[in-house]
Amino acid sequence: MELELNEEQRQFRDLIRQFTNREVRPVAREMEQSGTYPTRIVELMAEMGLFGLTVPTEFGGLGADTITLALVFEELSRGWMGIAGMIGSHGMACKLIAQHGTEAQRDLYLRELASGRRRSGLALTEPDAGSDLQGIKTVARLQGDHYVVSGTKTWITNARHSDPLPVLVKTDPDASPAHSGMSILLVAADTPGLLVTRDLGKLGYKGPETCEVVLDDAVVPAENLLGGIEGKGMSQAISGLQTGRVNIAARGVGVAHRALEEALSYTQEREAFGRPVADFQAVQMRLADMATKVQAARSLTWWAADRLDRGADAATESAMAKLFASEVALEASMESMRLHGGYGYSTEFEVERLYRDAPMMVIGEGTNDILRTVITKGLRNNGIPES
Amino acid sequence: MNVVVCVKQIPDPADPGALDPNTKTLKRDVKLILDESDSYGVEMALQLVDTAGGGEVTLVSMAPNSEVGGLRTALAMGAAKAVLVSDEALAGSDALGTSKVLAKAIERAGEADLIITATESSDGYTGTVPEQIAELMGLPSITFAKSIAVEGGTVKVQRQTEAGYDDVEAPTPAVVSVTAGVVEPRYPSFKGIMAAKSKPVDEVTVADLGIDASQVGWAGAGQEILEIAAAEEREAGTIVEDDGEGFQKIVDYLAELKVI
Repeated sequence: MELELNEEQRQFRDLIRQFTNREVRPVAREMEQSGTYPTRIVELMAEMGLFGLTVPTEFGGLGADTITLALVFEELSRGWMGIAGMIGSHGMACKLIAQHGTEAQRDLYLRELASGRRRSGLALTEPDAGSDLQGIKTVARLQGDHYVVSGTKTWITNARHSDPLPVLVKTDPDASPAHSGMSILLVAADTPGLLVTRDLGKLGYKGPETCEVVLDDAVVPAENLLGGIEGKGMSQAISGLQTGRVNIAARGVGVAHRALEEALSYTQEREAFGRPVADFQAVQMRLADMATKVQAARSLTWWAADRLDRGADAATESAMAKLFASEVALEASMESMRLHGGYGYSTEFEVERLYRDAPMMVIGEGTNDILRTVITKGLRNNGIPES
Repeated sequence: MNVVVCVKQIPDPADPGALDPNTKTLKRDVKLILDESDSYGVEMALQLVDTAGGGEVTLVSMAPNSEVGGLRTALAMGAAKAVLVSDEALAGSDALGTSKVLAKAIERAGEADLIITATESSDGYTGTVPEQIAELMGLPSITFAKSIAVEGGTVKVQRQTEAGYDDVEAPTPAVVSVTAGVVEPRYPSFKGIMAAKSKPVDEVTVADLGIDASQVGWAGAGQEILEIAAAEEREAGTIVEDDGEGFQKIVDYLAELKVI
């Protein structure tokens, strides 16, 4: 059994930590509150190669393992979870194209996606279909050499910056089962009929834009069908979900870790009744529980990531990691707020942002209740995981 | 153009460890990192090579236990290779002993147009090594560079002074020490980190450099540390209560210090 990072993973983590401490932490609060787009941070991430995390090395990417992915998302989220969103769905899209794209699609997109010159996102969710993806209503009809696409997609991260934007559609709306008629189209930014209609107001997760996208008889060339064969869209979309859950779990660990960090330093500085509040046992118990849960969440996340890196199925493990880490993030941000007293509720401190960001991890990438059903399905089919 | 940069690997200043009461020196058996003050020299060397459109940056370092942690950081930034002198005989080396070793290691690194160092290390602070290297190698020495340009066989340096800077020139090769903070060291890229693993580190002993072990380390040190003591704690500052005239008291205080 090895519970140590290898040398390269450790160096990656140290680099991202240094980057986050220098470039993200000092500006996060002000930029998040004023709604400023973090242009310089995105540029520096591109220079470091972060947009190529999931792109295979033969296309100029890093082909990083899942543990490294988890390290990057945790460290960035310790600084500002929204920054992780800049490369999160981009990375998922890269993986999708690398794994399922035709040779022409891989050649056309992956190099530029790896460098950050091109960016991407993922358009799955619709106003009336989230966890139940087979219920989507966006339809693509083949007319000669192109598809005509109509429908609405929502909660699309990086919508305006995506070129291409992979969009889950029904190429055969009457198919039964429904997933056999679903496909993914790589929709170029300048596609006629593709409209980013509005930015969605959000409690937290500010930084990356989150938009509603309308496809109004959008004209998409037939060669933009991911993989070149209709009916594969659903399986393509869910192939990345396990990595996606590790990504969200790692963000949860990052937010929870930061909440603990803030609580630990504040309670040692703040005095009440003539001594630092960290001297009081009620405070000590809270800190101890937080620290234990943060480390448990991290261990669970690395465990799921390690399984994926070994090529094993990690449906249950990644769901457990995402479920637990996101709940710990929610709890730790609340506990940290309590420990900060009135200052925790103030926009002049970091904790309120953590408190607003944490619910995103509970809901995004499969709500925790959906994941509970995934876990129990795994228990019933494969038994209880032990290692 | 080829540039050699002397870099030191030091205990992490965020977690510096302890002084050894017997040897009265810093314990170096912990994980070592690249001295931040050397990252400016590495960045400047990389920029000079970029500008010249060819050549490479070679690192030279002296560290115990074959330590390469800090070297890997500089290799990940873009340096091409490194010479590492690691030898038990080096423990206790003073500034002159260090300079003797580095001078030989620089020669081993191959022909260089320029040798760059920091003005001083963040753990030892003697600030004398760059000039000693220059003297031992018979090369010109320019200190406190805030910018460096190499044209033909001449290095042109803006040497920082209290009032501004002096324009100074010397024929190459020369030893130039770079002031901390004058350039912004790049972040290594992830690819740089991966590539750094396979970049050559030429690890040598004192004997490999043709140096007699009695010339370096405790044996060769011309200085002895007699005593070490904790730095005095800073005294509490003066608190000025603002009764509406606080600014005047502060102005008077600064005038008394002759800073305004």
